[in-house]
Amino acid sequence: MGTASNLRNWLDERFGWDQIVTFVRHKTVPQHRFSYFYFLGGMTLFLFGIQVVTGILLLLYYRPSPDGAFESVQYIMTQVRFGWLIRSIHAWGANVMILTAIAHMFSVFFLKSYRKPRELTWLSGMILLFLVLGFGFSGYLLPWNTLSVSATKVGTDITGQVPLMGHWLLIFLRGGEDVTGATLTRFFGIHVAILPGLATMLIGLHLWLVQRFGMSVPPKIDAEWTANPAKVHEVRFFPNFFLRELMAWYVALAILGTLAAFKPWELGAKADLFASAPAGIRPEWYFMFMFQTLKLLPSKFLAIPGDVLGILAFGLAAAVWTLLPFFDQGKQGRGSRWVAGAGVFALMYVVGMTVYAYLAK
Amino acid sequence: MQKSNSNDPSKPERRGFLETFLGISVVASLISFLYPVLRYVIPPKQAELGSDLVLAGHVGDLKPNTGKIFPFGSRPALLILTSDGNYHALSAVCTHLGCTVQYRSDLREVWCACHNGTYDVDGRNISGPPPRPLESFGVMLKGDEIYVQRQRNA
Amino acid sequence: MQPRDDSRGKQMHPDDNGAVSRVLFAPLLICAALLLLSPAAAFSQAKNTCIACHSQLDDPLHVNPDEYAAGIHAQKGITCVSCHGGDPTADDMDKAMSKAAGFKGKPERKAIPAFCAKCHADSAYMRGFDPSLRTDQLAQYLTSVHGKMLAKGDDKVAVCVDCHGVHDIMPPNDPRAHVYPTNVATTCSRCHADAAYMKPYKIPTDQFALYNSSVHHAALIDRGDLSAPTCTTCHGSHGAAPPGVKSVVNVCSTCHVFQAQLFDSSPHKEAFDSLGFPGCITCHSNHGIQHPTDAMIGTGDGAVCLKCHSAGDPGFEAAGAMHDQLVNLDSTIARSDAILNRAELYGMEVAQPKLQLADARDDLMKARVAIHSVQTAQVDVDVQASMKVAQQTYQAGLAALAERSYRRKGLFVSLGISLLVLIGIAFLIRKLETPSHE
Repeated sequence: MGTASNLRNWLDERFGWDQIVTFVRHKTVPQHRFSYFYFLGGMTLFLFGIQVVTGILLLLYYRPSPDGAFESVQYIMTQVRFGWLIRSIHAWGANVMILTAIAHMFSVFFLKSYRKPRELTWLSGMILLFLVLGFGFSGYLLPWNTLSVSATKVGTDITGQVPLMGHWLLIFLRGGEDVTGATLTRFFGIHVAILPGLATMLIGLHLWLVQRFGMSVPPKIDAEWTANPAKVHEVRFFPNFFLRELMAWYVALAILGTLAAFKPWELGAKADLFASAPAGIRPEWYFMFMFQTLKLLPSKFLAIPGDVLGILAFGLAAAVWTLLPFFDQGKQGRGSRWVAGAGVFALMYVVGMTVYAYLAK
Repeated sequence: MQKSNSNDPSKPERRGFLETFLGISVVASLISFLYPVLRYVIPPKQAELGSDLVLAGHVGDLKPNTGKIFPFGSRPALLILTSDGNYHALSAVCTHLGCTVQYRSDLREVWCACHNGTYDVDGRNISGPPPRPLESFGVMLKGDEIYVQRQRNA
Repeated sequence: MQPRDDSRGKQMHPDDNGAVSRVLFAPLLICAALLLLSPAAAFSQAKNTCIACHSQLDDPLHVNPDEYAAGIHAQKGITCVSCHGGDPTADDMDKAMSKAAGFKGKPERKAIPAFCAKCHADSAYMRGFDPSLRTDQLAQYLTSVHGKMLAKGDDKVAVCVDCHGVHDIMPPNDPRAHVYPTNVATTCSRCHADAAYMKPYKIPTDQFALYNSSVHHAALIDRGDLSAPTCTTCHGSHGAAPPGVKSVVNVCSTCHVFQAQLFDSSPHKEAFDSLGFPGCITCHSNHGIQHPTDAMIGTGDGAVCLKCHSAGDPGFEAAGAMHDQLVNLDSTIARSDAILNRAELYGMEVAQPKLQLADARDDLMKARVAIHSVQTAQVDVDVQASMKVAQQTYQAGLAALAERSYRRKGLFVSLGISLLVLIGIAFLIRKLETPSHE
C-alpha cells in the first residue's frame, strides 16, 4: 500500500487530488422513476469521446482534397486493417450521438431541469446541440461522394436564404459561390479544429456547471419528496451510478460494433461537380423535419418567399427554445403547463415531420 | 471502503472470484477494443499514391513506336512511346462504346478494334465512330520510373 | 455572289452631258448599293408573288413559305425563278407565269436529275457556294439502279426531289433534312416499304421494318450514334445499288474490321465464294441484324451453323466446340459476378474486383469476335485470358466473403466478452447494494 499512498500524495500536492476524490465520493444522484433519463447526458459524452478517438484515427489516413478525399476513404475501407470498423463506427456513432443528444435535450426539457439556477447549463447545452448538428453537417461532406456534395449543396442553399446575411453566410461556408474543393477544405477545418475546440470548451463549462449544481430533481418528484422526506432516495455516483452507466456504455459500444460489422457505412460514388444532382437527394434524418417543412411551405406568402419564412420560423423557434429558462421561471401552474405543452407539440412535430418525410418519398 | 467480513465463510471466495472475473473480462474487453486500433495505425504495405498518380512502367519497357496498356485507377490507360522519344499517356477507353483501344505501330495511331475508330497520339478522334477525343494524361519521369498523372481540373 | 435572275438596276444613257451625270450620280450610287445588297435581301425583302399565291393554295400547288425560306436554296438567294422561271414581281398570275417571262413550270420527273445537275454538276459554279461540295452526284446517279431504270423510261424510280425534298431542301448535315442520317431510312421507305408501289419490281418491301428491329437502328435512332449505318451507308446514296455478293464483306468491314479479316482468312471465305454465298449476311442477315447471341454459334437451337453443317462434319464439331468455349466462359464470369454481388450485398467493398471483371467481359467479347476465324485455337487465346481474370475476381469474391466471416466472428467474440463484463458489473452492483447480513 505504500506506493499507492505515495502516488496519492504526489497527485494531491500538485492537483488537489484528495479534494477531487472527496467530491466524487460524496456526489450523489437522485433515484426516482425518471432516473433512467440521467444516463442520456453521460451517454452523449461517451459517444463524443468515441467520435474523437475514431476521428483522430481517421485523420491518420484521410486526405481533405477533391482528388484525395474519396480515394483515401476508399483506402481506409478496403486496405487499412480494421479501417472499415473505425470508419463505420465513426459514421454510425455520429448518428447515434445526435440521437442521444436530442433525447437528452428533450428529457431535460420535460423534467424541467433547465430552471434556475441551471439556465446556463441549458444554454451551453443548446449551443452544444447546434455544434453537434454542425459536426454532422460538416462531416457529411468529407467522404466526397455524390450524396455528400448534393446534400451540402442543398443545405448551404437553404442557408443562403437567410435574410440579410444569407448570401454572405453561403459564401463563407462554401468558400465561394459553389460547392467546390474549397468547400471541402473549409468544412474539414471546421470539422476537425473549429468545432472540436468550441465543443471542448463548452463541454467543460457544461460539465462543471452540472457538478456545481448537482443533478436536478423534477418538480413533481421534488414536491413528493418535500411532502414525504422518507421517500427521498439518493444513490452514490461512485460506484453505484457509475457502474450502471458503464454498463450502458458497454451496450452502446456493442451496438456500434454490431452496426459496423453488419451494415458497414457505404462508400458511394465519387462526387462529380459537373453532374446534375441525383433525383431524390435529401439531408440526413436529423435535418429531415426542416427539409420537409420547407417542401410543404407555399412558394410565396404575402410577398415573402416560403423558404425565407420557413427559415425565419425555425430560427425564431430555435431562439425561443434556447432562451427557454428565461421564459419559464419555475412557477408551477398554467405557465409551466403551457411550456410542457409546447414541448410536446415540438417533439411531435419533429418526429411527425421526419416520419412523413420518409413515407412521402 | 470494503464492507466488513460477514460471518459467512464462503463469502470471501465469492468476493474474490467476482472481482477477478470482472477484472479479467474488463481487461479482455479493452484488449478487444485496442487490438483493432493497433492494427489500424500500422500502415498497410501498399501505400496509396492517389487515383491521379500511377506508376505506369519503367524506361526501357517500351521500344520506340510502341504502346502498352496499364491500369490507371480502375480503368485501362495507354502509354505510348513515339519514335521521336516522347511519351504520351491516354485513357484507353474508346469514347464510342467503351472498348479498350490499342496503339498501332504501323499506322502510328491509336486504333479501336471494335468499330475501326482511330485517334492520334494526343487522343484526338480522327476517323470512325468515336465522337470525342480520348482523355489525355500528363507523363512525368523520375529516374527510370514513368509516372502518369491525371491533369488537374478546376 | 449574285443570283443569276437579278434584273434590277438603272440604265445610264451614254450620250448625256455632264450635268445629267452629276444630277444622277447620287441616286445611281444608292441604286448601286441596293443592287449589291439585293442578294441578301432577295428573298426577304424582294417581292415574290410566287410565294404570296402558292402559300395560299392547296396541295399539290401548296408551298410552305417558312420551309421554303429556311431551305438551303432560298438561304443562298436561289429562288423560285431559278428553277421555274417566270416573273416574281407580277401580281397577275398569267403575267407571272407567262412564257414571255420565261416560266418553265414543273419539270418532268425524267428531266429532274439533269435539271438539278445544271448547277450541282458545275464545279466552278458550286465552288462559289462551298468549295468542298461534291459535284459528281449525277454521274453516280447514272450508275445507280434508280438512274439506270430512269434512263430506260421508268419514272417511278427515285429522282433528286424524292429524297431531298422539293421546296424544303436542307443540307444533308442539317437534322431537318430528309437525308440526315436519322431520316434516311424513313425517306427510302416511302417507296421501298410500299408493297403496292413496289409490285412491278418484284423485290422485297420488308427492309424498313427489318431495319427498324435491328441493332444499327437502335444505335442510330435510340442512342443517337451517327456513326451507325443506315440504308445509304451500305447501298450508297446517289449511286444506290445493293452491294454485290462478293462485296458485302467489304461493306461491313468498313466498321467491323476484325471480323472481316478473320473471315477472309478462314475456310469459310473459299467455301462461301465457291457457293456464291455472301459473307456476313449469310449468318447475320442484312437488314434485320440482331445482337448476336452465343446460341447463334454451335449445334443447338437457333444456331446458324446448322444451315450448312450437319453431324459428323468437322465444321459441326468445331461449331460445337466454340459454342462450349463461349458458354463456359460466360458462366464462369457470371459466377464471379454473382459472388461479388453477394459480397457487396453484405456490405463488403468489392468495387475494384467488379471493375476487373469488366476486363474479363472485354476478353469474352474478343472471343466472340474470334469465332469468325472458325478456329477453336484462336478463340481459345481470348477465352484463356478472360478465364484468368474471371478466376482472379472469383478469388477476390471468396476473400471478401471470408473477410465478412472474420468480421462477424470478431464481433461475436467482442460481444461475448462485453456480455461477460456486463454480467460481472451486474453482479457487482447487486453485491454492493444488497444489504449484507449484520
